[in-house]
Amino acid sequence: MKLNGAQILWECLVREGVDVVFGITGGAIMPVYHELPNYPVRHVTMRHEQAAAHAADGYARATGKVGVCMSTSGPGATNLVTGIATAAMDSSPIVAITGQVSTSVLGSDSFQETDITGITMPITKHNYLVTDIGDLARAVKEAFYIASSGRPGPVLIDIAKDVQLAETEFEYPAEVNLPGFKPHLHGNARQIRQAALMINQAKEPLLIAGRGIIISRASAELRELAEKAQIPVVTTLLGKSSLPETHPLCLGMGGMHGEAFTNYALQTADLIVGIGTRFDDRLTSTAETFAPKAKVIHIDIDPAEIGKRVRVDLPIVGDARNVLSQLLPLVESGGHPDWIERIEEWRAEARARDVVWQESDALLPQYVIRSIWEVTKGDALMVSDVGQNQMWEAQYYLHQRPCSLISSGGLGTMGFAVPAAIGAAVGCPERDVWVVAGDGGFQMTCQELATIVQEGLPIKINLLNNGYLGMVRQWQELFFQKNYSGTPISGPDFAKFAQAYGIHGITVEKRGEVTEALRQAQAMDAPVLIDFRIEREHNVLPMVPSGEPIDKMIRRPAVRH
Amino acid sequence: MSTGPQSETYSRRTLVALMEDKPGVLSNVSNLFRRRNYNIESLTVGHSETPGISRMTVVVNANDAVVEQVIKQLHKLISVTKVTDITDDVAVIRELALIKVHCTSSTRGEIKQLVDIFRAQIIDVSPESMTVEITGTEDKVDSLVNMLRPFGLKEMARTGRVAMSRGATNTNDSD
Repeated sequence: MKLNGAQILWECLVREGVDVVFGITGGAIMPVYHELPNYPVRHVTMRHEQAAAHAADGYARATGKVGVCMSTSGPGATNLVTGIATAAMDSSPIVAITGQVSTSVLGSDSFQETDITGITMPITKHNYLVTDIGDLARAVKEAFYIASSGRPGPVLIDIAKDVQLAETEFEYPAEVNLPGFKPHLHGNARQIRQAALMINQAKEPLLIAGRGIIISRASAELRELAEKAQIPVVTTLLGKSSLPETHPLCLGMGGMHGEAFTNYALQTADLIVGIGTRFDDRLTSTAETFAPKAKVIHIDIDPAEIGKRVRVDLPIVGDARNVLSQLLPLVESGGHPDWIERIEEWRAEARARDVVWQESDALLPQYVIRSIWEVTKGDALMVSDVGQNQMWEAQYYLHQRPCSLISSGGLGTMGFAVPAAIGAAVGCPERDVWVVAGDGGFQMTCQELATIVQEGLPIKINLLNNGYLGMVRQWQELFFQKNYSGTPISGPDFAKFAQAYGIHGITVEKRGEVTEALRQAQAMDAPVLIDFRIEREHNVLPMVPSGEPIDKMIRRPAVRH
Repeated sequence: MSTGPQSETYSRRTLVALMEDKPGVLSNVSNLFRRRNYNIESLTVGHSETPGISRMTVVVNANDAVVEQVIKQLHKLISVTKVTDITDDVAVIRELALIKVHCTSSTRGEIKQLVDIFRAQIIDVSPESMTVEITGTEDKVDSLVNMLRPFGLKEMARTGRVAMSRGATNTNDSD
């Protein structure tokens, strides 16, 4: 049967299991939208294309499936760029579909024409410009395969408008043939034996769990390895929730805003096993000063990550869950009681310092996050924005369930949280989705409150409102002589702003009101926004100044006696 | 820990990459070199023995750690099917140059002699210029260019390095 390009696209999407698309229509994608009502696909109409890409990303991170976003040519396509780059940095599988001007005018600077495949080349795993109807089905098939296989990432398909209208016989390719794309999924047996030997001999070993654990659903294997060999686990920001964070072997997030005991452990360890982590600079600070005593085993599915930032003694290329399963039987049950005791001493010392927020009468962000944790019993699907709010979430929300934090780690995209939460809530309607954002990032994508109401998503938005671009203000305070240039920001009365959209808004100005507001929000089967007017000039500590080794921290103030 | 001793000397490495012959592939590869901050000395592309597959020879100035990253990052491009470092292989390396040199009736003979010494060829002559074609290693091409420069170079086109392993080994054998 002959179908047109638009119909072929939807036929392909349905075959790939797509049941929701986040997008905004426009001139060059109209034929595709014209066919949309004929297919069993939910379309979530966003208010800005950037948000559509973040929503597809949030959907992908929450469900593990490929997220799809859609836009028209020109400005619609360029608005996707920040969202695509965000997904690329955090290895999130999304397929972005853009309309393009007709082939007859392509290249002539016609209305709403832009070279989106050229623009997105460095921020996609691969992209396609489809100018021939005969190439469309194969492009879609390959795009989904590439986005979701190996190290996941974004793929863009740009479809000329006349291709959307051209007709051909529809045949969906049964398989893909990509000689240049063959991910290694299983670890090399000899290297795995070597790794087991190194682990069995280590006196002060550590595991670092990155987002690769979440992506490959390897939490059970990670926990088994940690418990069997009694090895403490440090996570990256995006590796948080790999292991229940109340587990005795979990040391939480390391790096620039990691706890002191976590960073001391990293700098003291004699063996580090990095699993699904890029050894990003927020974790390691300067690569030369990171973990100076440790031999490093690096397990990653992307060979290019191995040796990119830190020296590696033993590389293992493969999927985290496969490699851990191969490794487990070879690792001896054992313990490192002296090592763990030493870490526990550091932990106790750090905990004893962490009292200001507990004793203060002021409304402090740590208290807000810890209260959210208590009210949600650590079980919410948290979506954090970028900056101080993100670090406080990372420090004070102890995740219990695997894959329960969504945040823009690599790109650090402010404005990510609200649209990503929309994607997460659409993908996982059974989960309680809670957003933590600052007043700065929130105002970058707050138009999406309309989408939340339109789709009836019971997302709880918690604003840590301090009237500043707070993380930059903190740097200005510490390193730029308190020259608060460009960081003070105003905003609306956020509770009234939410109410204008039809969202229940609550303002909290006192510590005593926090739990009541959270319980009220939790009890409502509807979206709620809580504007927490927190102490304005409060810093995220500990903090490793730029360029310093990670054990040279600005600590929390010592306990007052 | 570090990514490798900084004192390690950089040297010229010759890589051969095979890639699908499709629009955008060349710009994707050259874009990769720019955005990853790799230092390219020359880059040539043309058809390979397989229809639909282009062959690129690229010379980068790199140390071991950098060249390893270049190879891995090239491999990540979906359209790139094979990358080989042939720097340490026994390989034939050639470059072709077209050189248009100024001449008069009195210098024409001298230029002809130089061209013969280098086993190059004169492929075009006009009253005021001669065009020379030379194939050889970059050193050889450099030498001829230096000899011809005093006569006045009007125009020059060099292809950059193309390379192939000697003997029965195929650069595009799969691993």
